[in-house]
Amino acid sequence: MTERSHYTASELLAVMSARLLHDGQIVFAGVGIPLLAATLAQRLHAPGLTILFEGGVVGPFVVPGELPPSTNEQRCTRRANMVMPITDVLLLLQRGYVDVGFMGGAQIDRFGNLNSSFIGDPDDPKTRLPGTGGGNDISSLTQMIVAMKHEKRRFVSEVDFITSPGFISGGDSRAQSGLISGGMYRVVTDLAVLGFDKDTREMCVLGLHPGVSAEEVQDNTGFDLHIPSDVPRTQPPESNELAVLRELDPDRLYTAN
Amino acid sequence: MDQNPLVKSYLDLRAETEARDRGLREKVMSLSEAASLVHDGEHLAVGGCTMSRTPMAMIWALVRAGRKDLTVSRSIVSSEGDIFYGSGVSPHIITSWFSQGIVWGVSKVMRHYTENRLARFDEWSHMSIGLRYRAGAMGVPFMPVRSMIGSDVAKRRGDEVKTMECPFTGETVMLLPALNPDVAIIHVQRADCYGNAQLDGLQFMDIDMAMAAKRVILTTERIITNERIRRTPDQTRIPFFTVDAVVEAPFGCAPHECYGVYEPFFDHLDAYAKRVASDPVAGIKSYLDEYFHEPEEWTDYLAKLGVKDMLDASRRGRSIYND
Repeated sequence: MTERSHYTASELLAVMSARLLHDGQIVFAGVGIPLLAATLAQRLHAPGLTILFEGGVVGPFVVPGELPPSTNEQRCTRRANMVMPITDVLLLLQRGYVDVGFMGGAQIDRFGNLNSSFIGDPDDPKTRLPGTGGGNDISSLTQMIVAMKHEKRRFVSEVDFITSPGFISGGDSRAQSGLISGGMYRVVTDLAVLGFDKDTREMCVLGLHPGVSAEEVQDNTGFDLHIPSDVPRTQPPESNELAVLRELDPDRLYTAN
Repeated sequence: MDQNPLVKSYLDLRAETEARDRGLREKVMSLSEAASLVHDGEHLAVGGCTMSRTPMAMIWALVRAGRKDLTVSRSIVSSEGDIFYGSGVSPHIITSWFSQGIVWGVSKVMRHYTENRLARFDEWSHMSIGLRYRAGAMGVPFMPVRSMIGSDVAKRRGDEVKTMECPFTGETVMLLPALNPDVAIIHVQRADCYGNAQLDGLQFMDIDMAMAAKRVILTTERIITNERIRRTPDQTRIPFFTVDAVVEAPFGCAPHECYGVYEPFFDHLDAYAKRVASDPVAGIKSYLDEYFHEPEEWTDYLAKLGVKDMLDASRRGRSIYND
């Protein structure tokens, strides 16, 4: 049994996310935890999983210790099968070739909408964030796994700005708006694995990580979470999972805390 | 019906193309001569993406020429966006993502200019920017898309986007206006004197951008003969008749990367991040003075970056061909 202190929050996020990915899937991944999770899945249980990068890369393999600085520099192309224009790799999402999109965000709300554009009033923002990048396209067109740290300021009742749509205002509002495919699948945090009620589309807890109580998850969330009384426990990261992660990121660029 | 100023009329677009000299002629010129092909107030599309194949030498020349009030579009904007805002070359950037980079976090210069409403950052989805260039390249006024729907990204664009019910399926689609920039600046690994451009590696949105623009300025790591081009025509990505200027600019993306030639100058970009972190206004000004205004020639700029960093960046850049 691995104790909670034997791994960092980022490592926990990467391991729990990797376990959600299946062999044969095509996964759109950003740099950081998503890429580490997808690569971990490839190494351990999903050798036929294909990664796509928004820079236009199809099927790269991460070289340990050479994690790319973004999805758009030459390091992303190492040992890839193909390089294509950005617009075309994103159009693979629209055509339906991609199983899972994988990303983080600054804020997420109870319906899984993500904000990476503005903190505060968009017309007079407290903070201007970098914006969507490929996030809006990915969340509009495929199933999403979001990996992020579980903090009250990040898990808000309503995001200040919907950069990447989840289930919009719940129920069938996503489909009503015209987004007839995709949607939020899972939110993976350092405290829990969360999903969405199939009718109301509100976020709910599917599994608590080792040593985490239901109260702790609720206390770190800015809205009421449905936590079933018999909520299962997730299995802690195993030593082989941690070993692969540490081989991939020996300098701890993305997994230090 | 009034012409929507967002989109050029098809007849105007055709007339502009017809008026261009499309003959096989030599177009080699200096950076400063090429900078004179860009006029204040125009729409400038910038090739490459994030820290990759950024036409930095051309941006350097535009800053030095004192160009102002340009509207800039790019797939993803990195530290060159700070330079556009800080120099006054552009107070208006159209892109999907604007940050110094994942490694350094949100650009303090971008935050200063946008949060104080000194400059505009119009946010579109990544694919939407690409499809706007593609519509421009295809000579059609708009492109339907299934993203941006339902988000505040679309709402914030107001009348710049429309949704419609598809006449065939009844589904909701969003219509994106074509983007036909006045000028595109694109850096490539090699080109001939006529403007046949060969691109290695990541292509980003550059080919659509070249086809969409009214004028194209190419900077290139090296100029090769037309004979060389004709031996590998499959590698030519931009045809000469879309190109108006060819400028030889070795290390023309520094401190960003050029695929297979050099990777980003990480130490320089670290130092830049530190310089603008505490005081973005004084930081970007001193950076522009030191690297953009003081050096007389592009080679003087490179000398300021330093041989050590250049060798390190090129060793890493060429490593892609090592195994």
